Amino acid sequence: MANVLVFAETRSGDLRKVALEAVTAGRALADKDGGEVHAVMLGAPGIASKAEQLGRHGADVVLVVEHQALANHSAEVAAATVAARAKAGAYAAVVFSASAQGKDLAPRVAAKLGVPMAADVLSFERTGTGINAKHAGYASKVVQTLTLSAQPAILSVRPGAVAPAATPKSGRVESLAPAMDPGTARVVVKEMVQGRSGKPDLGEAPVVVSGGRGLRAAENFRLVEELADAFGNAAVGCTRAVADDGWRPQSDQIGQTGRTVSPQLYVAVGISGAIQHLAGMRTAKTIVAINRDKEAPIFKVADYGIVGDALEIVPALTAAVREAKKGH
Amino acid sequence: MKIAVCIKRVPDMESRFRISSDGKVVDETGLKFDMSDFDGYAVEVALQITEKLGQGEVVVVSLGPDAVQEALRKALSMGAARAIHLKADRVPSDGFAIARALASELKSGGFDLIMFGKHAMDTMSGVVGPMTAELLGLPNVSAVSKLDVVQGRGTARRELEGAAEIVEFPLPAVVSIDEGIARPRYPSLKGIMAAKKKPLESKPAQLDAPRLEVTKTELPPDRQGGRIIGEGAAAVPELVRLLQTEAKVL
Repeated sequence: MANVLVFAETRSGDLRKVALEAVTAGRALADKDGGEVHAVMLGAPGIASKAEQLGRHGADVVLVVEHQALANHSAEVAAATVAARAKAGAYAAVVFSASAQGKDLAPRVAAKLGVPMAADVLSFERTGTGINAKHAGYASKVVQTLTLSAQPAILSVRPGAVAPAATPKSGRVESLAPAMDPGTARVVVKEMVQGRSGKPDLGEAPVVVSGGRGLRAAENFRLVEELADAFGNAAVGCTRAVADDGWRPQSDQIGQTGRTVSPQLYVAVGISGAIQHLAGMRTAKTIVAINRDKEAPIFKVADYGIVGDALEIVPALTAAVREAKKGH
Repeated sequence: MKIAVCIKRVPDMESRFRISSDGKVVDETGLKFDMSDFDGYAVEVALQITEKLGQGEVVVVSLGPDAVQEALRKALSMGAARAIHLKADRVPSDGFAIARALASELKSGGFDLIMFGKHAMDTMSGVVGPMTAELLGLPNVSAVSKLDVVQGRGTARRELEGAAEIVEFPLPAVVSIDEGIARPRYPSLKGIMAAKKKPLESKPAQLDAPRLEVTKTELPPDRQGGRIIGEGAAAVPELVRLLQTEAKVL
């Protein structure tokens, strides 16, 4: 029996997609030797109603921590509670998403348990003595195998690297007490600032349409947004140059110093493909590049390239994607 | 206000990386090195805080072989007051071992703020900051894109996916710095000269045996890249066909 503990991330009273990815990853690990998956979920009273989704994605047990003071994520409370449960349950592994919250939380839990961790992993497998995890390093120019020999193995999984899969389990709900009084947390969230509403997030969107200097002017980003809208499920990203010029917010920047994305489809519009940018998107499943310079390095990583002026090609592509979507 | 900034020396990411002959790690011989990008932002933010307050000391700390002293000298030339070099033959891959060594050095330093970059450019893991906070029993705030420190309390903006949190916390605390917060200053000639006389203390790092190792390093699988399907808007129908039938993403 080697059970796996999974942290299921919530925000604003709902589960995030990365929670389903983490449970799916945990399920795959537990199935190697017939273990159970226990998912921990924290939130304000009422969050337990979301437990069913975790069961559907492979959680045998959903441990629910409900508290008025947990309407906003508290890393301190989550770290204390997950670590206490991990200690009590003798788990083989504890799985997180390498989301913003998971990247903050997982190392704290690892330190509380006195063990190292493999962060932002693309995949992992059990070995006789521990876990081997694949991880992108050196600005994503290499893939490294990290071998963890400590118990439990702490892992955070790159958002988008594991597709949520339905593996229905009972998802039996048990209530769990927070391991510390949420009222005594030292770091307190005073305000949540929401991004543009109604648009999928860069890290979660199955399609990312991204623009660079090849668009020539900030106002031409409208074309990128229209293409994203045509896909319907796309988020909009940009290069560092464009963010530095103030054409787009810093939070949209994809690359070594910005966000890392692994969508099903990445459309690079007017992007030359500097290392800085490639570091943030080269693990995308399919890459399309549109650029005037046929020697641009983006074409070396692109599955499909079109040479030409983005201002001419993008509107045509937008119309064609709209047409294709209609046929569905 | 006493601030420690933990920095790492990493290879230039524009380099063409080669794999070592045993296939385990990146062969770093002959590469150009510098302070990791986010660590530079952290040094800049620390300097701005002490400048704004008109008092305080910025201490930079780095773990690794003697060569990391270059990165420490650079931080000194930017304006840090002194440096601590925790000497080790190499930087271990086990971030927890590093955090333990840093925590044992920092615990008696009387620091109000301990700063890290969000992650190092080589490992891209970002675990050492939060682990160090935990080992020191301090509040931790990561992915910070704005930071204010007033009278023993900090206010920070943390970047999330599609949202941000404004958090408040008491000092002492540990923070990890994200992109966009401040551009690191270039060391002035005067700064470079002054840095040569600033104290740099070197002592052995207290490192445990690693329990995480890099056992294999590969170049990413080659894409069938370079497949240019056409020029101009005329190529759009073929692209859409390939996205539907071959890539199956549309």
